[in-house]
Amino acid sequence: MKALKNPALALICLAVLGIGLDFGVNAYIKLILLFATVNCLLSMSLNLVNGYTGQFSLGHAGFMAIGAYFSAYASTKWGFLPESLQLVQSFVFVIGAGLAAAAAGFLVGLPSLRLKGDYLAIVTLGFGEIIRVALLNMDFLGGPRGLSGIPSVGSFPFAFMFASVWLVICFFTIWRVMHSSHGRGFLSVREDEIAAEAMGINTTRMKVKAFVLSSFFAGVAGALFAHFTNFINPSSFTFLQSVNAVIMVVLGGMGSMTGSIVAAIIITVLPEALRPLQELTGVDLRMVIYSLALILMMILRPKGLFGDMEFSDVWRKYVRRSA
Amino acid sequence: MKKLLLALILVLPLVSGCTKKENEIVIGEYDSLTGSDATFGLSSNKGVRLALDEINAAGGVKGKKISLVTLDDQGKNEEAASAVTRLITQNNVVAIIGGVASGRSKAAAPIAQSNKVPFVSPASTNPDVTKAGDYVFRVCFIDPFQGMVMAKFAKENLKIKKAAILRDVKNDYSVGLADVFAAEFKKGGGEIVADLSYQAGDIDFKAQLTQIRSKNPEAIYVPGYYTEVGLIAQQARQLGVKVPLMGGDGWDSDKLYEIGKEAINGNYYSNHYTTESTDPAVTEFIKKFKAKYNETPDALAALGYDAAKILVAAIERAPDLSGKAIRDELSKTKDFPGVTGKISLNENRDAVKSAVVIQVDGNNRKFVTTINP
Amino acid sequence: MQDFVQHLINGVSLGSIYALIALGYTMVYGILKMINFAHSDVYMVGAFAAYYFARWLGIENNPGFSTLLTLIVITMICCSLLGLVIERLAYRPLRNSPKLNVLITAIGVSLFLQYSGQVVFGADPKVFPEVMKDFVILSIGIVEIRSFDVTVLGVGIVAMLGLQFLLFKTKIGRAMRAVSANPMVASLMGVNPDRIIAFTFIVGSSLAGIGSVLVGMKYPKIDPLMGMMIGMKAFVAAVLGGIGNVGGAVLGAMIMGLSEEMVVAYLSSTYRDALAFGILIVILIFKPAGLLGKYSVEKV
Repeated sequence: MKALKNPALALICLAVLGIGLDFGVNAYIKLILLFATVNCLLSMSLNLVNGYTGQFSLGHAGFMAIGAYFSAYASTKWGFLPESLQLVQSFVFVIGAGLAAAAAGFLVGLPSLRLKGDYLAIVTLGFGEIIRVALLNMDFLGGPRGLSGIPSVGSFPFAFMFASVWLVICFFTIWRVMHSSHGRGFLSVREDEIAAEAMGINTTRMKVKAFVLSSFFAGVAGALFAHFTNFINPSSFTFLQSVNAVIMVVLGGMGSMTGSIVAAIIITVLPEALRPLQELTGVDLRMVIYSLALILMMILRPKGLFGDMEFSDVWRKYVRRSA
Repeated sequence: MKKLLLALILVLPLVSGCTKKENEIVIGEYDSLTGSDATFGLSSNKGVRLALDEINAAGGVKGKKISLVTLDDQGKNEEAASAVTRLITQNNVVAIIGGVASGRSKAAAPIAQSNKVPFVSPASTNPDVTKAGDYVFRVCFIDPFQGMVMAKFAKENLKIKKAAILRDVKNDYSVGLADVFAAEFKKGGGEIVADLSYQAGDIDFKAQLTQIRSKNPEAIYVPGYYTEVGLIAQQARQLGVKVPLMGGDGWDSDKLYEIGKEAINGNYYSNHYTTESTDPAVTEFIKKFKAKYNETPDALAALGYDAAKILVAAIERAPDLSGKAIRDELSKTKDFPGVTGKISLNENRDAVKSAVVIQVDGNNRKFVTTINP
Repeated sequence: MQDFVQHLINGVSLGSIYALIALGYTMVYGILKMINFAHSDVYMVGAFAAYYFARWLGIENNPGFSTLLTLIVITMICCSLLGLVIERLAYRPLRNSPKLNVLITAIGVSLFLQYSGQVVFGADPKVFPEVMKDFVILSIGIVEIRSFDVTVLGVGIVAMLGLQFLLFKTKIGRAMRAVSANPMVASLMGVNPDRIIAFTFIVGSSLAGIGSVLVGMKYPKIDPLMGMMIGMKAFVAAVLGGIGNVGGAVLGAMIMGLSEEMVVAYLSSTYRDALAFGILIVILIFKPAGLLGKYSVEKV
C-alpha cells in the first residue's frame, strides 16, 4: 500500500487542479492543457529510450499513430458497453492502443536495436515513415481522409482526469522501473555499452525492453490525442511530430522525468503564446522564433533545462540555497 | 526570479486575450499560412481579405466595420482545433471562415458546432465536413460532384472508353475525386486501365507515367494540385504521352501554365467559374483582385471571396449577432450571385451550383462547357 | 522490353539527382560525424538564390551553357557563404557537445530556413528560369535519352571523382581525413581543425548549390519546402551506401532511384516511399554500416 501513496497523492492533486481549472479558465486554455498532457506522455515515454537508455529513436510519431488509430477505430466500431460506461470503455481501448503500439515497438525494436547511434535514428525514422505511408493506403482506416467522429471522453474535468490517470501511471511506472535493477540496466547501456555487456547485461534485451515500454506509452498518448481532437488523419503523425518529441526530451534534459514534463508544457504553450504576435504582425513568425529559440537553447544550455536532475534536485540546489 | 518573469511574459498573452471593440464585428478565419499547404491557404486568405475590404469600404454591415482575425494552422489538425477554439473564446468572433483542406475542417468544424458559432468553409470539398452539424456550411461543390463532372465530360464530350488515373495519395481531396471519377466512368462501360498514385511534394513522376503509357489510355485523370500537375504534364509529354490530361479545381492557377509551359496546353479541368465569363460579378472581382495582388485569382481565392461575401450577407440580414440568427440566415442563402456561380445552400448546407470545364490554352483559360448538377 | 529500358533510364536519372545531394550529406558526415539536417535547406536557398539572380541579371530568358555556368557559380558562392555562416554560428559552439544536441541544432537550423523561407520568399511555388534547352540525344523506338538526364548524371560523376581527388590526392584532403580520424591528433600535427571543418562545409554546401541549379533546371518548380522530401531520400541514399564514403553515396543514390522506379513499375506505386525505406532497413540490418561503409569495431 505504501508504494501507492505517492501516485494516489499526485492523482488527487491533479484531480483538484482539474476541477479548479474547469471553473477558472475558458475552453481554449482547456484544450491546450489537454494537448499538453498528450505531449507530456510523449516526452516521458521517449525519455525512457532517448534519455535513460541512450538510444536515439526518431520514429515516435509512428507508435503514436498506431495507438491513435487503434483506439479511434475500436471506439467507433467495437463499442461493447452502454453510453453510461463510456469512460471505462475508453480506458480499455486506450490500454489496447498501448498494447498494439508496444507490439509494433517489439517488432521494430528487435532487429533494429542492434544498430547504433545515427543508424538507429535513421531506421526508426524509416519505420515511422512506413507506418504513415501504410496508413495512407488503408481504406478501412480512411486513408488520407482519416477517421472522424471519434467519441471524446466527456467534458473537460473527465477528460483531464482521464489524462491525469495515464500521466500518473506513466510517470510512476517509469520512475519505478528506473529505480529497479532493470533501470540500472538501462542506465548502464547508456553510460557504456561495452562495459555493461562485460558485466553480463544483455544489452539488446535491455534496449528492446525500454523500447517496448516507451512504445506502449506513445500508443497511449496517441489514443488520448485521438479522443481529444475527435479526428485523426495520417498528416498528424509526420516526421515533424517525432522531431517534436525528441526536442521535448532534449529541452527538458536527457534523463529527467520532471524536465520532460516541464519541456512538454513549454513546447505546447509556446506556439500558442506567440499567436498574438501573429495577430499583430500579420505574418506567422511562430516557427521562425521557435526554431531560433531551439538553436539558442542548444548553444547556451546544451544540457536542457534540468540536465539529468529532477525538479526536486533543482529546487534543493538553487532555490533553497539562495533563500 | 528571471525565470518567473519569463514564465509570466509567456503566460500573459494567453490569459489576457483581446479586448472587444464596440464598433466592430469580428470574424475569425483560420488557414494554413505556413507549412506544406500554405500556398492554398494564402490564396483563400487573399480572397477573404479582398471581400471584407470591399465591404468595409462600402460602410460595413449594420453600421459597423468588420475586422478579421486570421490564425495560422501550419497545416496541422490539432493546430486548427486550437486556433478555432481560440477564435471563439478569446477573440469572441461571431462567425468563422474555415480553411481550405478538408482534414483541418473536420477537426475544426465540430468545435464551432458545439459552441454554436456559424462556420463557413470556402473549399473543403469532402462530403463529411458539413455532417459535423447544422452550423457548418460550405460554398464549394463536393468531391462526388466534381468527379462526376469530369467522368461525364470524358464520356460525352471527349468520347473515350479507356482512362487512367494518377492520384495524390497524401491528399483526401485528390483521393475523393479519383474514387468518384473511377466509379462514374465505369458506369457507362468505360474502363480504368491504370490507377497509380504519387505523394504531394514529389517531383519525379516518370515511373508512374511510363507505366501508364504502356497501358495506352485515351485520357489521364490527374485530380491533384497545380504544384505537381505542371511537372506531371511536362514529364508526360517528354515520355511521348500525347493523350489529354484532366483534372479538378486544384489546377486553377496562373502557375500551372508557368510550370507546365506548352505541355499543359490543351488539357481540361473542372472549375467553379471561368475567367472568360462576362458576368459583371466575375469581371469586377478579377479586376479588383489584380489591382490589389497583381495576379489572376485562382479558384481558392474566388471561393474565399464568396465565402466571406455570403457570410456577411447573412450577418446583414440577421436580426442580431447571435450565432443562431446568423446560422438561420445562412441556411436561407438562395441564388446568391457569387463569383463562382449562383450559390444556393441545400439542406445538407452544401452549395448547389454548376461546374464549368476549362481547357488550358496558354495563359488563357478557355471555357468549354457547363455541367449542371 | 522498351518499358523496362525506359524505367531503367528514369531510375538512373532520378538516382543521379539523389546522388548530387547525397554527396553533400556524406562529405559533412565523413569529417564531422554529424547529420547535417540543414543541408537540404541550404539546397533550397540555393535554388532561390539562382532564381533571384537570374531575374536580377536578366538572364532568365536566354537559355544556354553560359547561363547555366553563371548560375551554378553564383549559387555555389551563395550556398558556401550560407554553409559557412551556419557552421560558424550554430555548429561550432557545439563542437564538444553530445551528438544529440548537434542533431537537434541541425534540425533547428533546418526548420529556421524552411519557415523563414516561407516568410521571405512566400509559400507559393516559383518557376525556375529555363537555363538550358532540353533535347533528345538518342532515341530508340519510344525510348529517349535526353540531354538533362545525361548532364545531371555527368555532373554527379564528375563531382564524385572530384571529391575523391580532393580527399585522396591533395594536401587539404589529407588534412580532412586526418581531422575525420582524430581531430585532436590532427591539431597536434599542425592541422587547424576549425579551418578544415569550415572548408568541408564550403565544399558540401557548394555541392548543394550545384544540385539546386540542376534540379531546378530539370523540375522547374521551387518552393521553400522543396528540400524536405528530396533531402530525406538523398540522406537515406547516403546511409544506404555507407555514410562518409563518397562512392557509397553515389551507389546508394543509384540503388534508391532504381528501386523506387522498379517498385512503381512492377509492384505498387502507393508503397513507393515505404519500400524505399524498407530496402534501407533490410540492408542496414544485414550490413549495419551500409554497403561500402567500413564497420569499425569499438575498442575498449
